[in-house]
Amino acid sequence: MAKIEEYAPIVGQSIIDDLRLLAEKLKDKTIQQFNSTAVGGGVAEILNRMVPLLNELNVNTRWEVIKGGEEFFTVTKKFHNALHGRPEEITGRDFEIFSETSLKNIEDLNIYGDIVVIHDPQPIGLIRKKSDNKWIWRCHIDLSNPNQKVWDFLRDFIVRYDSSVFSSPNFAQNLPIRQFLVAPSIDPLSDKNKELPQEAIDAVLKKYKIAADKPIITQISRFDRLKDPLGVIEAYLLVKKYIDCRLILAGGAASDDPEGEKVLGEVQEKAKDDPDIHILLLPQNDTDVNALQRASDVILQKSLKEGFGLTVTEGLWKAKPVVASNVGGIPLQIKHKYSGLLCHSIPGAAFAIRQLLNNPEYAKKLGENGREHIKNNFLLTRDLRDHMLLFLSLYHNEDIVYL
Amino acid sequence: MRESMEAKRPFRFSTRLHLSELTGLRASNLSQLLDCIRNVPGSSIYYNTHAFLQQYQYLVPEPPHDFAYWVSEVLGEVELGEQLAGIDPLAYSKIHELQEKIAQTIEVYLQDNVFAKLRFARRNEEFNFIKTISFVLPTNFTAYDLREFMEALKKITIDSIYFHIFEARLRLQKPTNDFSIWIEESLGDKQLAERIARLDPYSRTLEDLRGAIIKIIEKRVSQ
Repeated sequence: MAKIEEYAPIVGQSIIDDLRLLAEKLKDKTIQQFNSTAVGGGVAEILNRMVPLLNELNVNTRWEVIKGGEEFFTVTKKFHNALHGRPEEITGRDFEIFSETSLKNIEDLNIYGDIVVIHDPQPIGLIRKKSDNKWIWRCHIDLSNPNQKVWDFLRDFIVRYDSSVFSSPNFAQNLPIRQFLVAPSIDPLSDKNKELPQEAIDAVLKKYKIAADKPIITQISRFDRLKDPLGVIEAYLLVKKYIDCRLILAGGAASDDPEGEKVLGEVQEKAKDDPDIHILLLPQNDTDVNALQRASDVILQKSLKEGFGLTVTEGLWKAKPVVASNVGGIPLQIKHKYSGLLCHSIPGAAFAIRQLLNNPEYAKKLGENGREHIKNNFLLTRDLRDHMLLFLSLYHNEDIVYL
Repeated sequence: MRESMEAKRPFRFSTRLHLSELTGLRASNLSQLLDCIRNVPGSSIYYNTHAFLQQYQYLVPEPPHDFAYWVSEVLGEVELGEQLAGIDPLAYSKIHELQEKIAQTIEVYLQDNVFAKLRFARRNEEFNFIKTISFVLPTNFTAYDLREFMEALKKITIDSIYFHIFEARLRLQKPTNDFSIWIEESLGDKQLAERIARLDPYSRTLEDLRGAIIKIIEKRVSQ
């Protein structure tokens, strides 16, 4: 795993120096972070990188995962969908299952941090263990149109936290506690994002039997309805009428997502007669994902809802032209026509892809701008900085803080 | 090349790191935008007129500030967007004066264009009022003369440049930027101080601004 100094050639030594100055202010604090899965999904990925770096900076940080059975994760998946605005039937029993598992975790876990960071709804009930320490609820979900019943249930927990954190201003809610905006980030030195030689990219294409004989459109996502993989295939078919191309739909599965297999089956069914559609199940194969993104001519992210959309960040970092839905945190990453193209529909996505494939110079410029935007705003070093500022904000109420 | 004169007091570079706090206030049309602008704290006006400088500092030319961008691109009120983009923050020494100027500009436009208030943003494209929490901390860079000052300028972050140029003036209500104040008061070089104060920081990227200041000082040092 990369050391903090290894980021200096990418972001500049002075940025690293600033991180050290901030870390110094937190040296007597212990931070505990809780989420619901150690692998799969963006949250685990961020914590995997951030926790070791915070410790290297001498900010004592621990990451722990709550436990829950299949029943619990089925309920939290329903909550997840409902918070994203999808119709879900939520029963009283669902809330009971959630509360029972929360209580079990409260009994089992030792919570000792000066600052406790809870990620997403699954571990939210741990707040019952709050003493005189500081608690932050970090929401990674698109809350722009939440199911009221689920939101009201969670709100009773949230109001007991000291601060909340959202990935987009559109997710802000009517809450009596402070709400901060912290965008997630990617690690430029991880296997998923580091530079790759052309031979490595070619080898991955060969491994999956994908010929580089025509333009490649790629969406990397879990097989999840909210990522609209069926809509992606429809958009590809509209493009294919005019431009011979390939489509790669590739993604892994998170251990807290029981619905993934069903969606994958539907996608495979829809794609079965087209040899130019490549459906790849990539369980945590980061280097392959990196190579597939780099081999692509256009990166697509046609999500119906999105917390932030780290696959967009990854695509832009690789200086690829990206077409993505105007949802969740995506418009923070793509300023339409400056650093990528935003879309609102299947035909809109198809039209944007055609524009990019037919105008490679324009596509290149968007990709270059996109990379700069990510470099300035969405790399791990910025996320580290924001988290340390967030921790410090718990002890200051003023608008200008002199440290 | 002339000998660099030692300053009466050294210049300690600080940096300013910011955290964005959501106010929960949103506007869907111009009337709501005006109402919010009149009522949000100055730290929110500051964020929405300045955050773009750091977020899009790689784009030449940069997109305009948040109010102008939203009015033009989301509501399609290009004329008002242009008027808002044209408001010069350097003309105001206090954030509430800038706040009032922005509000007045929208108010007058709404009086002249009664149908403008009927244009609404699409869902999730509303204007979100965000405020800035600034954390100011000293860096390890200190300059005792102009040459050291120039060398430090090459190494500090753009956050540090931002703090001494933008934040010092409008948010901390100093008469000009920190660099000019130090050069005039501690080095007694009024002419150089004025040349730096005259640079337009709002129409160039922060890296450009760094380059321009270094160039002016380099010329001075080599005289």
